[in-house]
This record gives sequence, structure tokens and C-alpha cells, in this order.
Amino acid sequence: MTPRSALLAFAARPLYWLLLAAALWILLRGHNEPGGGFIGGLVAVAASSLVAIALDTAAARRLQPLAPLPLAMLGVGLAMLSGLAGAATGAPYLTHLWTAWGVSTVMLFDAGVFLAVWGALTGYVYALLADNGQAAQ
Amino acid sequence: MLPLAPVLVPLLTALLTASLPHHPRLRGITSLAGALALLASAVALFLHVHQDGAMSVALGNWPLPYAIEFVADGLGTALVLTAALLGLCVIAHALATAAGTEPAEQARAGLHPLLHALLAAVMAVFLAGDLFNLYVWFELMLIATLGLLVLGAERRHAEAALKYFATSMLGTLLMLAAVGLIYGATGHLNFSALQGAMRDPQVAAALPAPVTLLLLALLLKAGVFPLFLWLPASYHTLPAAALALIGGLLTKVALYVVMRLLGGVFAGMPGLLAEALGWLAVITMISGVLGAAYHWDIRRILAFHIVSQIGYLLLGVALASPAGAAGTAFFLVHNVLVKAQLFLICALIWMAAGHHDLRRIGGLYVARPLLAVLFLIGAFSLVGVPPSSGFWGKLLLVREAFAQDRLVWGGAALGVGLLTLYSMSKIWLEGFWKPHPAARPEGAPAHAALHPAAYAGVLALTVPIVALGLYPEAALRHLELATQTLWLVGGPR
Repeated sequence: MTPRSALLAFAARPLYWLLLAAALWILLRGHNEPGGGFIGGLVAVAASSLVAIALDTAAARRLQPLAPLPLAMLGVGLAMLSGLAGAATGAPYLTHLWTAWGVSTVMLFDAGVFLAVWGALTGYVYALLADNGQAAQ
Repeated sequence: MLPLAPVLVPLLTALLTASLPHHPRLRGITSLAGALALLASAVALFLHVHQDGAMSVALGNWPLPYAIEFVADGLGTALVLTAALLGLCVIAHALATAAGTEPAEQARAGLHPLLHALLAAVMAVFLAGDLFNLYVWFELMLIATLGLLVLGAERRHAEAALKYFATSMLGTLLMLAAVGLIYGATGHLNFSALQGAMRDPQVAAALPAPVTLLLLALLLKAGVFPLFLWLPASYHTLPAAALALIGGLLTKVALYVVMRLLGGVFAGMPGLLAEALGWLAVITMISGVLGAAYHWDIRRILAFHIVSQIGYLLLGVALASPAGAAGTAFFLVHNVLVKAQLFLICALIWMAAGHHDLRRIGGLYVARPLLAVLFLIGAFSLVGVPPSSGFWGKLLLVREAFAQDRLVWGGAALGVGLLTLYSMSKIWLEGFWKPHPAARPEGAPAHAALHPAAYAGVLALTVPIVALGLYPEAALRHLELATQTLWLVGGPR
């Protein structure tokens, strides 16, 4: 492996949480302004990649709520199901329902996209860093 | 909701089966249940459209032409039904033979989610109502196929996947560029909005170049001469069930889109385009069948025949008439089923005889008479011996070719039928008829036993093939009705 930077290794964890907070902010901001699940998910991928490169992929995996593939599947599932709520009222699929204070099924959809991007792309990143999933066990 | 069900059901099944990597039994049950639900939704949609006419859904209730639209019409639902039937048979086959084949546990865990993802993408292409959506689902088809290609995780799989990926990626990029150009010229992506925009002669005049580019991308994906070499080079490394699904469906999906675009959305393209497609079709037919005649590996023979059959379908498109479209649609349904049936039989041959190379096997007619009969049905259909499903498909196409005075095109179709007979009889003579090459006076080496359940997928595919041959009227009437609007708006001739 390439020699590691002590500074980067030290800063990786605080930066991870900072980036993740930014990712969540972008996700929620996308409700009415530029942003949203996809871009937020990409920022979350950047956070995980930073830890994976600065420390190792095992540390990055530990910080994620689920392993990459289940995370991505949960995301796709959430996004798919969010469309069914509107369809249950007789409107076309993916018609979204809105309540007061801007809470809506769109949020569920966006959160699904966020998780799908975070899971799928970190899966690739870990694989490219030559970790075949053994490190997690 | 109904028009979306054939897309959502397999997507959900893919998710569910993927979340069960350590429970092979439960995964199998989920996969089969998903395939049954898919077939049920396809039947429901087909019957609904058959009775009440086309349906459409604009996702998210956005106004058209901006919404992502799914349109279920007679042609699309007929193919959705065919593909759903094929999906069920293929998955039944994969489950019934899981004990006989021995891919790594990891590979089997990936097989079912990817098969369902592929089915979802194919269904969505059949139902897509706008160009960009079409492109996205083509992309998902590519990803799922790529996943299936690398399941085996050996060097030859990586090689096949690379060949497939390189050509598909090229096709995808061309397609995206063409979609962009068409959007630039018309300001629309929705099929019916595009059709409306085509009425403006100035807009229509700008379209031949981007539409040709789009065609090029689709023909690359369909495996038309001279863009077909990737196909036999990559298909033969697939797991049997995936091979049947991909070999049966994938290239035909591209051809369906060519027909839908040229005959419907972009009807009124210059006649030169149809002329060029016709000659391409003839060359594709001939080069495919010649490639098949050269090979000894059953999978490669069948893969080259895919290319040759694509030629027939393209011929039907080039004829640019409602009758040609009906023939193409019938041939498409027939060919999807027959091709998949032959690929599944080929998997059973491998299980019984232990090899795909015709020079190393033999004597299957004595050892496995049921398999021999099933193969004969599939082979006769592929060749087009009356009364088989292939006969009606070829009859419709050749008759229309002669009716349009396309003597060379029709003649080539007939001649290629003869050559198809040659390579089918090669499989018959070498694989089934001749004694096993290692036979000694005391008898041929024993073939592996085939569990009766292993025949399930093949039998389930043979029934509709025979039905389509003996009683083609119902299907033909439906498809004629479904394609009668194609090429009506100022066709090339």
C-alpha cells in the first residue's frame, strides 16, 4: 500500500461526519431548491471513500448503517414503494402525496435514491480498493 | 397501474431475491412466485388491452408530453406476454436443474435477481412511450446482461463480457447522441408528440440523419451485419437459463424498437432507408446461417442462427407495410419462444451428454427419446417446416416480399431456410442419430440421468410453439390488428 498521511488519517473521521451532515442537508434542501437524493448520495459516497482511502475499507464499512448491497437495495425498495402510496389513491404510479409542513412521499423517494447511490457506489469504491468483502467479517 | 405491473413486479422480485443471498430455497420460491405474478400481470394487461384498446400511464400525473409515459398497445402487450411466458419457463428451468449444474454458490445467488432485472427492463422497453425512457431501460438491459455474463467469474467470462460491453457501450452512446439530436430537432421525446412534430415538413427534413444514427445503434444491439460479431463471441459463456433468456429475447427487443420507431413514430422516412435495411437484412441472414454451418459447438450454432433470424425480422421491417409488420410481429413471437426452447434443450444435452461439442457426443436419440422429439419440434419450427410456427412467420414475410416484387429478398429468405435445415440436421445427425463416438462393442458410455423436472421449462415452451403452429389464426389476427397502423402515414412506397 502507499504510505498513509497521518494528518489525513486523523482528520478522516471528523470529516466523514461533516460530509455526511452536508449530504443530508443537500438531500433535504433538494425539496425546494437545487439538491436532492442523487447529489446528496454522491456526497455521502465521497465521505465513505475518504475514510476508505485514509484508513481502510473496513473502517468505512463499519461507519455505514448497512453493507453496500443491502443499502442500495433498501434504497431502491424505498423509492419504488414511495410511488405506491399515490397509486393506492387511484392516481398514476409515482404521483406523490403532500401533507402540511412540506412532508411528503417525495421525501421517501429522495431518501431511497440517496441510499441507493450511497450503497451502490461505495460497493464499487470498496471493490476498486481491492477489498472483496472479506474485511467486513 | 396495470400497464406498469409487468415492470414493477419483476423489479420487486429482483430486490427480494437479491436480499436472500444465503437462503437458496426461499430465493427459488420467491423467484418462481415472482415469475408467476409477472405472467399473471402480463395476461391481465394483454386481455384488458385486447378488449378495451391501448392504455397509457403518465408517471407522477405530470402533464403530457413532459411526463414519462408508458403505453400498452396490442403489439407491446403481445410481446410482454411472450416475454413473461419465457421468463417463467426459464426460471422454472433454472430451478429444476440447479442441482445438475454446478456454478459457484455466489453465482447462483446472483442469477435470479439479474434474470428478473433483465425481465423488468425488457418489459419496460416494450411499454416505453418516449425515447429517453427507452434509452434508460436499454441501459438497464445492458447492465443486467453484463452481470449475467460475469457470473461464472472465470477468464473466458471476463473476455465475453468485455466484448459485449465494448459493443453495447458503443451502441448506447450512439443511441444517447441520437436521442439528443432528435430532441434538438423536434423539441420532443414523447412518441406521440414526436409523431405530431413530424407533420411539420421542416422538422421532418431535419430528422433522417439522427434517426439513421438511432437505427445504427439499435442495429448494433440487434446484431445486424456487419455489427454482429460480438454476439456469438460472447453469448456462449452464459449460464444456461440466462442464455435462453438473453438469446431468446435481447436482440429481438432492439428489432421491435426499430419496427415501432420506423413504422410508427418516424413513419415517412425516405424510402432509401428501407431499401438499405432490406439489403442489410439479406446479408445478415446469409452471414448468420453460414457462420452456423461452420461451427460444431451447439451454443455457437444457435447463436449464429440468432443473427440469421434477425435478418428475417429486419426484412419484415424493410418491407415497410402493415402486412410486413404483421409478419415481423408473428415471427418475433415465434422466434423468441423457439430460440429459447432450443437453448434450453442445448442445456439438457449438456447435462445428459456432458458436452456442447457435436463431435464428442452422440446416441441421444436412443438414450433420451423425449429430448429428441422436443428438439425436432424446435428445429422444425426454426427451419419453417409446415405446420410449424416458423412456417407461418416465414410464409407471411416471403409472401409480402414477393407481393412487393422484392424477388431477391424473398428468394434469399427461402434459401436461408434451406441452410438452416442443414445446420439443424447437423445437430440432429451428430448429437442424436450417430452412435456415441466413444462407443465400444459393449455399448455407448452411459448418459447422465435427467430428472423429469428438468424437462419442465422446455415442455412449457414447446406447448405454445406447437399451438402457434397448429392454430396460428388467433395470434395472427391479434397481431394484424395491432400492427395495422404501422406504415400508414405516407410510407416509402
